[in-house]
Amino acid sequence: MTTLGDYLTVSGILFAVGFSGVLLRRNVIIIFMALELMLNAANLSLVAFSRFRLGEDGLPSYNAQVLVFFIITVAAAEVAVGLAIIVALYRARRTTHVEDINSLKF
Amino acid sequence: MPSFLFWLFAGVMLIFGALVIINRNPIASALSLVVCFLGLAALFMSLDAFFIGIIQVLVYAGAVMVLFLFIIMLLDLRAEERRTMNWVAFTGGFVVAVSLLVQILAVISRTQMAKQTFPPLASPQTDDVRNVGLLLFGHYNLPFQVIGVLILVATVGVIVLSKRQLR
Repeated sequence: MTTLGDYLTVSGILFAVGFSGVLLRRNVIIIFMALELMLNAANLSLVAFSRFRLGEDGLPSYNAQVLVFFIITVAAAEVAVGLAIIVALYRARRTTHVEDINSLKF
Repeated sequence: MPSFLFWLFAGVMLIFGALVIINRNPIASALSLVVCFLGLAALFMSLDAFFIGIIQVLVYAGAVMVLFLFIIMLLDLRAEERRTMNWVAFTGGFVVAVSLLVQILAVISRTQMAKQTFPPLASPQTDDVRNVGLLLFGHYNLPFQVIGVLILVATVGVIVLSKRQLR
């Protein structure tokens, strides 16, 4: 049988993969995809806890699933705004490489 | 859910999740991310969260990833050429990510709750769309409407950002 720890381990590994993507990759779009991976790792652990802690009626605790619903909605809005910023940045600088975008660097 | 199916979907999800950041070609990364999200949707369904699984496929694997692919093709990004890597930054980032993973796994392995299996449901029929909807339009009605305003603001913001010149 799968335990709660199995799901949490998978979620933790997925989060670490996304985190290393944000730290190691230099392409803005790939960094953005790695951010999505991290959001989804959080969703997975939320759903696992919702299934683990049953309510009094013996059904999963749906509060966590409502939170996951909100996270997915906010993430979709975030992707739209972020990609619009990337397109505007590409128009101005002709690059998506983070090391070429250093106007604010001290 | 049988445990081999869990490990199958978890393995597929983790392998394609790793391919997202390993691939040099952005289109290959985006397609790997689609497969990763499909595996994640299967894991959601294994946790009896069918509504969230369907939403994951529709919103993420459908809408969001099409947006990503659209932007990648619009910008006409090629596989990035190899640059001289900053090895100090690379090893630093790698060490930070690995230590985060070790810390997460250590916490999980010490938690007593993580060793328990999932309790059985009272009935196999969960009606989760109905229950999520009741919570969403009842107890969480205000946050739901705030999210609507947020999406409106995001839509207006995207249009403003996409204009060529602002007056």
